[in-house]
Amino acid sequence: MSYALEGSTGTWEIVVGLEVHAQVISKAKLFSGAATDFGAPPNSQVSFVDAAFPGMLPVINRECVAQAVRTGLGLNARINLVSRFDRKNYFYADLPAGYQISQYQYPIVGEGRIEIELADGSTREIGITRLHLEQDAGKSLHDQHPTKSYIDLNRSGVALMEIVSEPDIRSPEEAGAYLRKLRSIVRYLGTCDGNMDEGSMRADVNVSVRKHGEPYRTRCEVKNVNSIRFVMQAIEAEAKRQIEVWEGGSTVEQETRLFDHARGTTRSMRSKEDAHDYRYFPDPDLLPLVLDEAWVTGLKAKLPELPDAKKARFMRDFGLAAYDASVLVAEQATADFYETVAKGRDAKIAANWVMGDLFAALNREGRTIADSPVSAASLGKLLDLLADNTISGRIAKDVFETMVEMGEDPAAIVEAKGLRQVTDTGAIDVAVAQVLAANADKVAEYKAGREKLFGFFVGQVMKAMAGKGNPALVNEALKRKLS
Amino acid sequence: MSLTDLTIAAARRGLRGREFTSRELTEAHLAAIEALNPRLNAFITVTGERALAQAGIADAAIARGEFAPLTGIPLAIKDLFCTEGVRTTAGSRILSPFVPPYESTVSANLLRDGAVFLGKANMDEFAMGSSNMTSAYGPVENPWKRRQDNEAVLVPGGSSGGSASAVAARLAMGATGTDTGGSIRQPASFCGIAGIKPTYGRCSRWGVVAFASSLDQPGPFARTVEDCAILLGSMAGHDPKDSTSADVPVPDFAAACRREVKGLRIGVPREYRLDGMPDDIERLWQQGIAWLRDAGAEVIDVSLPHTKYGLTTYYIVAPAECSSNLARYDGVRFGMRENGVDLRDLYERTRAAGFGAEVRRRVLIGTYVLSAGYYDAYYVRAQKVRALILRDFTEAFAKVDALLAPTAPSAAFAQGENMDDPIKMYLNDAFTIPGSMAGVPGMSVPAGLDVNGLPLGLQVIGKPFDEETVFAVSAAIERAAGITALPQVRAGA
Repeated sequence: MSYALEGSTGTWEIVVGLEVHAQVISKAKLFSGAATDFGAPPNSQVSFVDAAFPGMLPVINRECVAQAVRTGLGLNARINLVSRFDRKNYFYADLPAGYQISQYQYPIVGEGRIEIELADGSTREIGITRLHLEQDAGKSLHDQHPTKSYIDLNRSGVALMEIVSEPDIRSPEEAGAYLRKLRSIVRYLGTCDGNMDEGSMRADVNVSVRKHGEPYRTRCEVKNVNSIRFVMQAIEAEAKRQIEVWEGGSTVEQETRLFDHARGTTRSMRSKEDAHDYRYFPDPDLLPLVLDEAWVTGLKAKLPELPDAKKARFMRDFGLAAYDASVLVAEQATADFYETVAKGRDAKIAANWVMGDLFAALNREGRTIADSPVSAASLGKLLDLLADNTISGRIAKDVFETMVEMGEDPAAIVEAKGLRQVTDTGAIDVAVAQVLAANADKVAEYKAGREKLFGFFVGQVMKAMAGKGNPALVNEALKRKLS
Repeated sequence: MSLTDLTIAAARRGLRGREFTSRELTEAHLAAIEALNPRLNAFITVTGERALAQAGIADAAIARGEFAPLTGIPLAIKDLFCTEGVRTTAGSRILSPFVPPYESTVSANLLRDGAVFLGKANMDEFAMGSSNMTSAYGPVENPWKRRQDNEAVLVPGGSSGGSASAVAARLAMGATGTDTGGSIRQPASFCGIAGIKPTYGRCSRWGVVAFASSLDQPGPFARTVEDCAILLGSMAGHDPKDSTSADVPVPDFAAACRREVKGLRIGVPREYRLDGMPDDIERLWQQGIAWLRDAGAEVIDVSLPHTKYGLTTYYIVAPAECSSNLARYDGVRFGMRENGVDLRDLYERTRAAGFGAEVRRRVLIGTYVLSAGYYDAYYVRAQKVRALILRDFTEAFAKVDALLAPTAPSAAFAQGENMDDPIKMYLNDAFTIPGSMAGVPGMSVPAGLDVNGLPLGLQVIGKPFDEETVFAVSAAIERAAGITALPQVRAGA
């Protein structure tokens, strides 16, 4: 069942397209040699080009172009061997030149597509309209002084990729899945760090609503939403607002809006009438950007394995279910971690441990896979102890928790704590005899037909053996004695 | 002969022969500036102390036997070139307090080759003008006077009026200029000196305050064709900091001045005639044709059919680019600021107070032609016509090696004339603009005097990156013309 919103006049479908601004990972800015490090002191990474001093000229950074091409290839998109930079003209204090250099008419990357996975296991393809390169503006700080605004030009001139989707998205969930997938792809490629909280990925959300089967109605653009959760909330809030407008007998006007996440609503920023006339024209300081086909082919050959390909391989080689494979490949670090654990071991057990105990521990500790307290190699060793019956599954969980806390080697923990599993059938028989003797009433009930009590006997024996009894041998001994 | 009358070529020989020092040469020019600049107003800023320090360094180098191409040669630098530590105004009030912390590539190349900078030459505001009347630092006087008319103060042309006036009056041995639609060639013609706009991309634009980026091109002024060739040899060269700078070798331009023109095919474009153009100019053109024929060149009539659209097209493209290029003068980071109640008010006050009428006119025209709804009708169409103008030249150059035409449709006019009607003023550049639109090199060489005794230039237009032929043809005209007349206002006169 597809997503829909109920109004007083019936069911509404929502139509969403996303424009994602992704900051390119590069040492220098798009048209200047200034550095791009996040969090540097204000105005410490500004060249005369970034500050638009008289006579300064832009020179394209080849690495930024390569990053855009890599991203385009990762989005299964057409690479345009000839593209062009235009000037987008408007006045603002954090836009030193009075224009932003962007690719308006001829972007470097054309149509592409990405596949998203939804919670119900289904997949959908979302079209990519284009990807273009452009400069970021500086930052205006209005809260530093009662009467003055401060300008930080560190970001001025940093390379952005604007990735525009087709209006193919039909639910907040799909928007979230699209953003997560896009982030996953650019992180795999190393072209954008995808950190929305640092502003290196931001989304403009185009929303409209319609009745099923209708052509598109007027859309509104919700600007600069900076988390996946807010994007999903903004879509729902904006769609509901539009439905109310239509159902109230009015018309939705095309405008730019802002999402107020504290209130969970959108509000008008500027109407179509107030829209800037950006007076785009080709930047005469730059020649058309012409790419050598062989260079593009060379970049393609060096692309890393991307999430979709990795997922397919995990399903094929490790026999994982689609959902598990998707979870494991979402982040490269997780996928790498998993592959190290799974290599030469039971891949499904490895998947369960990574997605179960490890993820839970990371969550609890507030850590990421990159700074996991348990290394992939250690977890692998733990699984080896489990596989060769040195410890039981239950003991393994305890050992794992100790590994999380102390970061020690699993074999060392097992030795130090004496957790090695008891496989001596004599010792097990003694424990079984004691338990059965102490619970004669339960034994009678069991024999009368209450077979569920078997689990109780197992538990009692394990308890008596401090959890170290080999579960298979305990079962076997109990069955023998109770039959 | 006084030191200020020397050509650069002669001064180089004199410096090498220890006949005089760079300090003496520089002092002679500084004295000339002191005497005449109050009248001519050719310099906005004179950097006497720096010049003498540079001359001292040059003399020390010469003493060690080290000679670079321009060691010890005093020059004027158009105030559009950013000069490190020296105020650079672009002729505008808005940049009146601006001292660049960097040196333009072209001026840095000249310094690398040992040049001495006397100061910053006056110019039309942001290089927008053909008379030097739009400078915020006052008009520049042309050192030439009409016969029997000591009253009329003539304009030096523009926008590089200060550079041309300074070189003509012997306040500098040579000067840099920039040419967007004729800003080197027209003032060279008006002031009776030589000046070349090189091929677009020959000289770096890095550090040159931008007017219209797709047209702006630095070039030299000097009193002889050979001196221009010497200067261009230093100014030119590929610059990775300018994406439009051409990665082509710099040939020996001075050697090209000594080439024969025998056997060259010279095209005469029939469209380079305007209604009401003085007979003197037509006569001089025919004279130039005759000189080249006598020197063994073959003269061929050619057609550049889109010439008549040059001016209108230029006045769409150049203002469009300038409206965007000048957006950075907003009072926020450098230059002058007029405080306002809010950001928008600050912009409006700063720009209203900082820009003169001609700059405001062109920013408005440019904003208009780029606006939604007008862009296709004006800007896109102009670019298409520009392509046709380039095709005219390409087709002509399939048949000829260079073109010969007048530089400007008139001799220097008086301050105050042509001021009432901007269109009339724009016509000054009718013969220089097509070459600018096509990006081809063009040189104005003094060829004769008009009925009032004022200098007139002929323009030699060459193929892209074939400045050598332009220099060869220009030098042939210079030799044949053998002009001896001198401007009335000059050092030592």
